Amino acid sequence: MTAAVRPSLATCPACGVGAPVEAKPVAPQKDDILLSLPGIHCAGCISEVERTLKRQPGVRAARVNLTQKRATVQAEDGVNAEDLTAALEQAGYEAHELDAASLGGQDDPRGRALLMRLGVAGFAMMNVMLLSVAVWSGASDATRDMFHWISGAIALPTIVFSAQPFFASAWSALRAWRLNMDVPISLAIVLAAAISVYETSVSGAHAYFDAALSLTFFLLAGRYLDYRTRSLARSAASELAALEVPRATRTDGQVVPISDLRPGDLVRVVPGARMPVDGIIIRGESEIDRSFLTGESLPVFAGPDTEVSAGEVNLTGVLTVRVTAAGRDSSLHRLADLVALAEDARNRYTSLADRAARIYAPVVHLLSFAAFVGWMMVTGDARLSLNIAVATLIITCPCALGLAVPAVSTAASGRLFRKGLLIKSPTALERLSEVDTVVFDKTGTLTEGLPVADPISGVSSETLSLALALAEASAHPLAQSLSQAIREDGVSPADLTALREVPGQGVEGNWNGKTVRLGRAAWVGAEAAAGTAAYLGVDGKQPQTFTFTGRLRPGAAETVAKLRAKGKRVILLSGDSAAATSDIAAQLGIGDWRAEVLPQDKAEVISSLARDGHKVLMVGDGLNDTAALASAHASISPGSALEAARMVSDIVLLGRSLEPVVEAIDTSRSAVRRIVENFAIAALYNAVAIPVAVLGFATPLAAALAMSGSSIMVSLNALRLR
Amino acid sequence: MNVLIYLIPVSLLLGGLGLAGFFWALRKGQFDDPDGDSRRILTDEHDDRPG
Repeated sequence: MTAAVRPSLATCPACGVGAPVEAKPVAPQKDDILLSLPGIHCAGCISEVERTLKRQPGVRAARVNLTQKRATVQAEDGVNAEDLTAALEQAGYEAHELDAASLGGQDDPRGRALLMRLGVAGFAMMNVMLLSVAVWSGASDATRDMFHWISGAIALPTIVFSAQPFFASAWSALRAWRLNMDVPISLAIVLAAAISVYETSVSGAHAYFDAALSLTFFLLAGRYLDYRTRSLARSAASELAALEVPRATRTDGQVVPISDLRPGDLVRVVPGARMPVDGIIIRGESEIDRSFLTGESLPVFAGPDTEVSAGEVNLTGVLTVRVTAAGRDSSLHRLADLVALAEDARNRYTSLADRAARIYAPVVHLLSFAAFVGWMMVTGDARLSLNIAVATLIITCPCALGLAVPAVSTAASGRLFRKGLLIKSPTALERLSEVDTVVFDKTGTLTEGLPVADPISGVSSETLSLALALAEASAHPLAQSLSQAIREDGVSPADLTALREVPGQGVEGNWNGKTVRLGRAAWVGAEAAAGTAAYLGVDGKQPQTFTFTGRLRPGAAETVAKLRAKGKRVILLSGDSAAATSDIAAQLGIGDWRAEVLPQDKAEVISSLARDGHKVLMVGDGLNDTAALASAHASISPGSALEAARMVSDIVLLGRSLEPVVEAIDTSRSAVRRIVENFAIAALYNAVAIPVAVLGFATPLAAALAMSGSSIMVSLNALRLR
Repeated sequence: MNVLIYLIPVSLLLGGLGLAGFFWALRKGQFDDPDGDSRRILTDEHDDRPG
């Protein structure tokens, strides 16, 4: 169902191509190369990627997993992952190598185990139900006893195997002196099975094997769906670590794993490569793109003695870097540790369901105990009293309560998905509904990637054609958006010779014997203007200034306005320069902004807001935002965000517009209202069912009807949200 | 009622066959990539041995 929205995310060159390709089964092995493919989304992508990979020399087999957006490649020794990603990039697919070791392999043993348990419980439930229907419709005496024995023979091993997740969770809660929803569930299942065995052995009329099994099956189904949504959003920390390049090239030409590097080693970083380590540049000049780590929208100059951090991208020149920290000590890893820490803090959030369970579980246990004691005193019949106590426990068992929250979240997630939002965390809606402060990142969140050139007027076409010729000679982002703007005016480039790019300064060339330069103010000899700008200098002429503005993401202005209208406090935190940040803040009318914020400081700002009692929603996209995203009360990231940022976020925006953010907050509030209503329905139902059960009128048939009745009521109420 | 003597084992056997089939599919990894599998059916390629 994700197909409807995802194609708008990335243009897929192979969509609708669907060429035949032979796919061989690939069983993940230790030496497999794992590739992350964030852009794939259709059948064409799958076959195109598999075909591209298999064309590479030395590749034995390749298999794409669309659910995880990964490819597993079996290759001979010596096949380089970089060659594979380069080939894929050429075919138009973004690809990153993943460190198979730190991801712990492709397999998903927990998911499979849950599915296995669910299958067994479903099989057993269907068979026992068949026999139960026979008993309910009048089987008696020996036939009934035989049916009960067969039911028991099926049910007991199934319960031992399938209900383990509930037993384990209940046990760990009890050991910590807490009660969760799994305690009454486990108790009901165990007691129902025990009393049924006893009743069967004395030829009793009622056995609850079917109730015990259907409880197990339905609750397991909920558990599995819950797990599926979350396993797709695997732990952000492990993906972050896996993104880190596992190898580096030493100056002697040897390619070594990063774990073998020691501080003091010299490594070479070529243009286009990511810094493998933290270090200091000792030779070479270049520009480095720090936007992933800091949010700066423009590349910065780097020369000897510049400090670099792992994860930054080298753009223009070859650098020799002396290692100061590698692997576990590098800044990328420290960021990952921060994220893990913050995620842990958020996992301690107590959901509404857990809070309800804390009230509900003791009440139910006390009631059935009271029923037992009461009937004991009145009749003195232990068997009858126990039967009634167990019936009370089964009838009140939180089927409706167990569904109250998941049914609403499913309906709300479905509604938000149609609006272009992907809900990843099970408690995201509850947390989002409490939000009173919204913190935005600038680069890539409120703005879209590259700055655009401001409209150019009053400039001679000769000057423009010179600027175009120079701009086209560079891969610098400003040069690219400048050349695009000039091209749109219908200017063709001038004829320049001796074009040359000076790392960190700009481009220069020769025009009719004169030197022309496009680049930084100081280098060109111009006076620096405020904001982001590039300068064109021609010998003996006044330099020409081209200014640039960050382009707002669609819906950014409306979103900020609507949030403020709802009384939310809006804050802008950016790692970019003050000039660029204040410009955007002014455009959006955000008074509360801070520029040049370091990643750790972003998280610190969020935590200090939280300490003041604010519930913060963080919206961000970069690696520098991940710690803040993880430590915020709730978090949203755009689909264009870095994988790691999307991983830590509760909600991912699938489209380009920011406007669904407002929708998400509105929906989360009505979802929480529905959840509370559902609790009320469950309570009301129990108010009727409990007296019936306590007074001894409940039969297994009544229990089965009551369980389904309340569950349907709760689900229907949840559907009103759609 | 004597018919039950073989009907019940038969029903259990059939259910057990279904369960065995489910186990087999699970072990073969047929539930590992539901998104991908639903797309692969749209291509012309013959993927008769899904991994």
